Amino acid sequence: MTDSARKPRPYVNAYLGGTLLGVVLFLSFFITGNGLGASAAVTRVQVGALAAVAPDHVDRVAYMSEIGGGNRRPFADASVYMLLGTFLGGAISGIANGRFHAETRRGPHVTVPLRWALAFAGGAIMMYGARMARGCTSGQALSGGAMLSVGSFAFMFAVFAGAYLLAWPVRRLWN
Amino acid sequence: MAPFDLAPHAGSLGYFAIFLLVGVGFGAVLEMSGFGDSRRLAAQFYLRDMTVLKVMFTGIIVAAVLVHLAAALELLDIDRTWINPTYLVPGIVGGLIMGVGFIVGGFCPGTSLVAASTLKLDGVMFVLGGLFGALAFGETVHSFEGWWHSTAYGRLTVYGALGLGAGSVVVGLVVMALGVFVVAEVSERVFGRGRSRDPAESGETTALSYGEPSLTGRKAAAFAVGLVALAGATATIGQPTIADRWRWKEPKLGPVLAERGVQIHPAELVELRRDLTLSVRVLEVRDEADFNRFHLSGSRRISLGDTEDPGVVRQLLAESDRTVWVVVGNRERAATEAWKRLVAQGLVNVYILDGGIAGWLGAYPLDPCIARADAARTPAEDDDGMPLRFSVAVGDRVPSSHPDVLRHEPKLDCEVVERANAGPTIVPVSLTWFDGTNAGHFEYLKKVKIQKKVAPKGGCG
Repeated sequence: MTDSARKPRPYVNAYLGGTLLGVVLFLSFFITGNGLGASAAVTRVQVGALAAVAPDHVDRVAYMSEIGGGNRRPFADASVYMLLGTFLGGAISGIANGRFHAETRRGPHVTVPLRWALAFAGGAIMMYGARMARGCTSGQALSGGAMLSVGSFAFMFAVFAGAYLLAWPVRRLWN
Repeated sequence: MAPFDLAPHAGSLGYFAIFLLVGVGFGAVLEMSGFGDSRRLAAQFYLRDMTVLKVMFTGIIVAAVLVHLAAALELLDIDRTWINPTYLVPGIVGGLIMGVGFIVGGFCPGTSLVAASTLKLDGVMFVLGGLFGALAFGETVHSFEGWWHSTAYGRLTVYGALGLGAGSVVVGLVVMALGVFVVAEVSERVFGRGRSRDPAESGETTALSYGEPSLTGRKAAAFAVGLVALAGATATIGQPTIADRWRWKEPKLGPVLAERGVQIHPAELVELRRDLTLSVRVLEVRDEADFNRFHLSGSRRISLGDTEDPGVVRQLLAESDRTVWVVVGNRERAATEAWKRLVAQGLVNVYILDGGIAGWLGAYPLDPCIARADAARTPAEDDDGMPLRFSVAVGDRVPSSHPDVLRHEPKLDCEVVERANAGPTIVPVSLTWFDGTNAGHFEYLKKVKIQKKVAPKGGCG
């Protein structure tokens, strides 16, 4: 762990990161006419996985059938490739900056199994909300915000409000 | 003009490669900014580390400035970009639920991918949880489907809602964001001081430092002034007008208009209105008095001004792909102008009624007691007035207004004939079915071809 090659480099300045994020988002709109996103692709992966084991069930649930029912191919969608790219980009940056290794990030008073359980629960809650809101922090708040969509701003404030309201009661998780 | 029309290439390797590359950029930027670290994301909500807010808001304002500047410079057509439609209440409730998931799980969907990609096991668990959440939503959405589609405002933008120019809203947004950044910096100093952790402690591999200002002095000033200047330039140049948009489309659509490729025969409109798989909307660009004298049943009267009203146009744009719009004037002048404006704003499947009401009444005449040709008046070349003189205003209460409605009223003449072996027998002499006007049959060239909307599907919804 003392090997200097493995010592992680610091994160970039938040405003530089934000500016780069804005440029990527702009290029996405400029080239494809579409913003960034993650949750649509996660849903496609979920439907695709379910269709592999229980295709009849996917056919019967209207919401899923629209994505992967019959001979529809849930993975043949631009959002899935963006998801792959996001994964790849994260890994590349992680490797380049010495942050690519297995670990569990958690608050000081949280055990690893508890952190995993909370991460799973949080992921489930978050994705449920993201589908309800028709987009996540990237697809709805970031992309819609840049295009000045009214709903996206309302959504963004709701996300922050929800998190800030619950932050104090669950402060032991992170402090 | 951007965005590039990628639809014809959908499914090809290059098409997917573009999205893959955009994703790579997205993932790398998130990782570099520290969004793969759940502690850093969570610290946002204890006011110690405002990275999430700073990165997100910087991303939003930089993209907003670049997008609307590119649009002002006529490099990017915003009408062909995806703007998340507003479903206000489901969006807010979904957002609140996401906030809960955020503080419990420490990620949002995009950042959890990045965390998982660098082998952060909590990120992996979050992604798995996300798959479960998506499944749960798919299984339960039918129980609140109606609510989920409620409070829909379509493509509603802040500038559209406020009736302001997009550039002014961008300026306001940038100024507000800069104010938020100042507050964020102060908050980090107050709540984050002395909370920096040694990376060696508890085996953490990336140090979290709080309380250090992210941007100071000249760099901060250059950043702020640069963004405000670009936003100001965007507002000064202004977004393309409807006339500009028509200018872009004129090389392609001008000839179609001149060759009468979109002027449909009245009988084609009747035919369309009988097609149950289509939604045919008739927009009459006529003044109220003329409209009251006579109009097509089920039509909507609009003024030329309405075709430039963002609220009205947003409603029209929100209709389904299977909607055909037919613009009707007294004759053709106002209708053609309205057609240009609607098409310029991205409405598809828009047609003009050939000859307007004059053409219509030629095909489906009114009773001469109601109206007849105005012999005293010879119309000028560009005349757009009512073609007939009316004795009474009939609105749409005459068969000419709805010849598409099939009302099976037989008109039967018969006589009774004495037959040798069968006694008196009824023998029909003539049988005609009245279907509105019985003006029935015209030869015409079908011109309507249903097009898909150009606005891309997209976003996370």
